[in-house]
Amino acid sequence: MTGARARGAGATGVSGTFVGMPAFPIASAKAVGDSQLRHNLHKATHTIRGKRAAVVGEQPDWTELRAAGAAIKNRVLRHLDVYLEQLEAAVVKAGGHVHWAADAAEANRIVTALVKATGETEVVKVKSMATQEIELNEALADAGITAYETDLAELIVQLGDDRPSHILVPAIHRNRAEIREIFQRSMSEWGRPAPADLADDPPALAEAARLHLRERFLAAKVGISGANFAVAETGTLVVLESEGNGRMCLTLPETLISVVGIEKLVPTWQDLEVFMQTLPRSSTGERMNPYTSMWTGAAEGQEFHLVLLDNGRTDVLADQVGRQALRCIRCSACLNVCPVYERAGGHAYGSVYPGPIGAILTPQLRGMSSELDESLPYASTLCGACYDVCPVEINIPEVLLDLRAKVAAAGGKGHRVERLAMAGARRVLESPGLLKAGQRAAGRFRRLTPRRLPGPLAGWTDTRDIPAPPPQSFREWWERNR
Amino acid sequence: MSTRDQILAKVRAALADVPADERPEDVAVPRDYQRSRAGTDIVDLLIDRLVDYKAVVHHTASAAVGAAGHADASGVADAVVARLLVARGGRIGAPVGVPEEWLEGVDAVRDDPVLPAAELDALDGVVTGCALAIAETGTIVLDGSPDQGRRALTLVPDHHLCVVRLDQIVRTVPEALARLDPSRPLTWISGPSATSDIELDRVEGVHGPRTLEVVII
Repeated sequence: MTGARARGAGATGVSGTFVGMPAFPIASAKAVGDSQLRHNLHKATHTIRGKRAAVVGEQPDWTELRAAGAAIKNRVLRHLDVYLEQLEAAVVKAGGHVHWAADAAEANRIVTALVKATGETEVVKVKSMATQEIELNEALADAGITAYETDLAELIVQLGDDRPSHILVPAIHRNRAEIREIFQRSMSEWGRPAPADLADDPPALAEAARLHLRERFLAAKVGISGANFAVAETGTLVVLESEGNGRMCLTLPETLISVVGIEKLVPTWQDLEVFMQTLPRSSTGERMNPYTSMWTGAAEGQEFHLVLLDNGRTDVLADQVGRQALRCIRCSACLNVCPVYERAGGHAYGSVYPGPIGAILTPQLRGMSSELDESLPYASTLCGACYDVCPVEINIPEVLLDLRAKVAAAGGKGHRVERLAMAGARRVLESPGLLKAGQRAAGRFRRLTPRRLPGPLAGWTDTRDIPAPPPQSFREWWERNR
Repeated sequence: MSTRDQILAKVRAALADVPADERPEDVAVPRDYQRSRAGTDIVDLLIDRLVDYKAVVHHTASAAVGAAGHADASGVADAVVARLLVARGGRIGAPVGVPEEWLEGVDAVRDDPVLPAAELDALDGVVTGCALAIAETGTIVLDGSPDQGRRALTLVPDHHLCVVRLDQIVRTVPEALARLDPSRPLTWISGPSATSDIELDRVEGVHGPRTLEVVII
């Protein structure tokens, strides 16, 4: 293969993948009509819900662990400057290098320069939300560097020229038959082809991925990762994974570059005792994930670079209600219980962070700059299941309501009409005379009640029927029959 | 102003609501969760959890040692390890600190000088000790000590036989973290390599060792 490639051939530079996404109601309506997608999502989310509930249930101190996790993250966020400086000092002391990136473009520039300095044109990657968020693969491709995704689900997404739809399981929208088809069609373009007689059972598909990536791992000189946690006290980085691709990328290359959001810190080594219990149980529904790697600075003589990423996080931090979204440890339990996510899928959220956490994180990180971002706080029934399962007690409904208030206050045609209608209703309801006249008129002309409201009010009747007015009001009935 | 200073300044500006005299430790962290727990025998628990995640488990500490009497418990355990490796066959990698007795009759190669990646890939298996094991979660932790070797050694070969001593077993995750040294590269292993990426069903065997065999001595 010649030349660098990135997921999404049409993508151009930063945030190209999601540019032009329609607002949530339009994108989700399309997804809801896709019965295969709904079947895949239903099966997957219900499987994981059951597993999570079982392993959380066997932990006698779950409530206490949840409270401790939330408090530890609050401590970090309220004193983030102190902990960031502490982490930097600890990593440098252990032989690592620390870089700071204000936004996606700067992070991509830093990583690209670091890779170029090694003289390599290929890198292996561990699944990482931060590098998806900054669209690092596309930036590397523009610089002639090919990034190979090595997580099975990320591989499925990359080979399928697709976008991730779930935090933990980016290919949750694909079933085994679709995955087999993607492997057979595209593996040969990226390296070792899939076996000709590839079956569609998960062990066979996992074996194909193992063979496809093995030589790549053994030859890799540069690895790129994110991190689940960064311990300020010791400078230790932590990556939880299942397949062993993480261990391959973290330990075999001579150079390791980790891109980590500034909210990923925990104060002390001891604090990991909380999250190493709550994260695996909340995310994959296991007592412990198969592999966790913890390393401090230049481990085993490796060249290590830590890139600390802001990219909107300080804006989220400035919002006293929305700040709690930065406690998120990306377990994705909220996606798996969400009735909206289960039906709409991840793509409709137009961001690498889908589901309930995405609905509060994306608009805050991007600053509600588009119609899509403004629609995300409404992508919820406010049922609160996400809050119940969150291992760091993020009150997602509270943040959603706060964001909705901000969208409404910022105006827009629909919100102006709504305010006018509410003012009119108040006037009528405050005056018995007006109310009586209005009720009488509605009763007399009930046959003329429209099925749909005109103009900007039409949005309300798109999903609702106007209730038929009764022939006479209770007031009139009472006057006649008392 | 450097990006570093800009980000730190933005962080401080964002936290204008935090009182200037508040210190990090003033933010209370309730730690009324359980660091340790009473319960079933931790060896039985560890075996149960390892088996649940499809590891192959041998327990020499009770039956085999009982049969051999009190005199040479460690010798019997060493022989069990060697016998398992011989029975499995093939070429076995070993870190420098693994006792010679474990490799009795085994086609073994020490990782000294360090084996290139391609040679690791050609090995049939690897045998190591461990730093500790966590019973509740069925987890083994390696810390790169001489009997465990560098991280790649236990990653590339397809079979990993790990020896756990009874005094290395703890019950809970908090007990484990208290015993571990964060300055060492740590690998936590819970069962063989696995994935849940296809329809969220767990399948054993992707990139790491597809067989994890644990010998408790």
